[in-house]
Amino acid sequence: MSAPHAALRVELQLPLQQFQLQCSFQARNEVVVLFGPSGAGKTSVLDCIAGFRRPLNGQIAIGERILFSSESGANLSVRQRRVGYLSQQPALFPHLSVRQNIEYGLLDLPGPVRNARVDSALERFRIAPLSGSRPQGISGGEQQRVALARTLVCEPELLLLDEPLSALDLSLKSLLLETLFEWQREKGIPMLYVTHEQQEAYSLSRRVLVMEKGCVVADGEPRQVFSAPASRERAALSGYENIFDAVVEETHPSLGTMTCRVAGTDLLLESPLAQKTGGEAASLALRAGDILVATALPTGISARNVLTGQIKLIEDQAGMIELRVLCGKTEFCVHITRGALQNLGLQTGQSVWLIIKTHSIQFLRG
Amino acid sequence: MISPLLLSLKLALVTSTLLLALGLPVAWWLAFTRFRLRFLVESVVALPIVLPPTVLGFYLLLELGSRGSLGAFWERITGHTLAFSFEGLVLGSVIYSLPFAVQPFTAALASVDRRLLAASASLGASPWRTFWRITFPLALPGIVTGFALSFAHTLGEFGVVLMLGGNIPGRTQTASIAIYDNVQMLDYATAARQSLMLLGISFALLVLINALNRNRNWRLQ
Repeated sequence: MSAPHAALRVELQLPLQQFQLQCSFQARNEVVVLFGPSGAGKTSVLDCIAGFRRPLNGQIAIGERILFSSESGANLSVRQRRVGYLSQQPALFPHLSVRQNIEYGLLDLPGPVRNARVDSALERFRIAPLSGSRPQGISGGEQQRVALARTLVCEPELLLLDEPLSALDLSLKSLLLETLFEWQREKGIPMLYVTHEQQEAYSLSRRVLVMEKGCVVADGEPRQVFSAPASRERAALSGYENIFDAVVEETHPSLGTMTCRVAGTDLLLESPLAQKTGGEAASLALRAGDILVATALPTGISARNVLTGQIKLIEDQAGMIELRVLCGKTEFCVHITRGALQNLGLQTGQSVWLIIKTHSIQFLRG
Repeated sequence: MISPLLLSLKLALVTSTLLLALGLPVAWWLAFTRFRLRFLVESVVALPIVLPPTVLGFYLLLELGSRGSLGAFWERITGHTLAFSFEGLVLGSVIYSLPFAVQPFTAALASVDRRLLAASASLGASPWRTFWRITFPLALPGIVTGFALSFAHTLGEFGVVLMLGGNIPGRTQTASIAIYDNVQMLDYATAARQSLMLLGISFALLVLINALNRNRNWRLQ
């Protein structure tokens, strides 16, 4: 058995239908979020680590323990890997009670030890009252808690979670996450958490691996990874609601800024200086939440982009207001709070000013 | 001397029990293999459904008789031929009823949610444990169905038995053959009694299976 706090090392290549899965990363005693659009290969990575798929090349190891190595030919079976796997479907055994489900992975232990462990898991995951129920008789949230208990009670050396809570509502989700993180801290095992929701990625971890088309394209803190999106897809996915093709008009190296013209319009935007020259094309990304709205022309303000436009649409989206504002020929998506909407008394058709800080504008690679 | 009806019941019980033991591994393989020529094996298994029983009985008679290789081998070690014996009937019935056991078994095993099997493996269970603790219990209704179908099918068997076993009272004269025999001898009363018994047993069996499966499905919902 390998020592606790053993790090996970992954290096794998696997041809998939659309692209080649090719990634390498390490995870220590930490929660690492695997983030990316559907079909980016996140689940395939988990399947390779768990042993459900065999990579073409590479090595997967937890500490000294080699789970797979194309070089030596080592390939432990799923059951020998001691890797916990939890997906969106709890996959509870329907013919066994909650208690029998949880003790399933402990059948080789002597009775008293097994019972003690199952009892403590039932307590910890607050499912003791359900212990005699069948999975069909309990709610989705309870089922997922049982599945989590069933996985963790085996004391895996690594935990793989494939959007395990996406079917649950917010309050249940946070309750389960709390239990999960408490366990992770206590056991000090690496945990890979797959999600395609950016909010979840922010709240879960201090480290995010971004996957695109089978490759890890970014690795770092959520803020850093999401604020410098590399591609248009990721920008859209990461909550950059405004993405424009633009042409660099002028660079101002001494000021650290550039002037860009939104392609096909007269609209000029001041952006941070990038490795671009005049006349070169660029893609700009801007979060809807980073744009301020004013009903009068603001004066004495540091923001360098003050644009006038007309409100085309006001839409109430759960928890916030989305505005569509037309500035010349360019439409901006702007998010404000419901309070701000009431306070300003905004109406469709009204003229407003949009205020955009230079550094809110990001360049997309390529 | 054993009565035709009891002989039929004994033959059906032995056959369906053997089919349970032999058919489950075949069904498991069919349900889980990725072998591309699987359909060939499926066709062989299904053959007795479309083959006239007399054709099957004829080939078996050739093979199990003193001149057939299996028959000669059997005669060497036991001293009597396989044809016209109870053992011969068992062998013939196993082949004849094979699809009636293997097909429901395969369907039942294949219908078990693969995610449950994956979960079992990731919880450290061996394939053996996964089979007995997860796959088998969840496939049980289909397995019971296969067992009962092969039992009932063997009970009603006629052509193969006649070709292979002849009509030896107490040894190879099963209920269906006795009924035929009695009709030939114009003993309608005995034929009617025997027919009614077979009808009753077959119906009771089907009622029992359906009741069992219904109860179980209800519990799993």
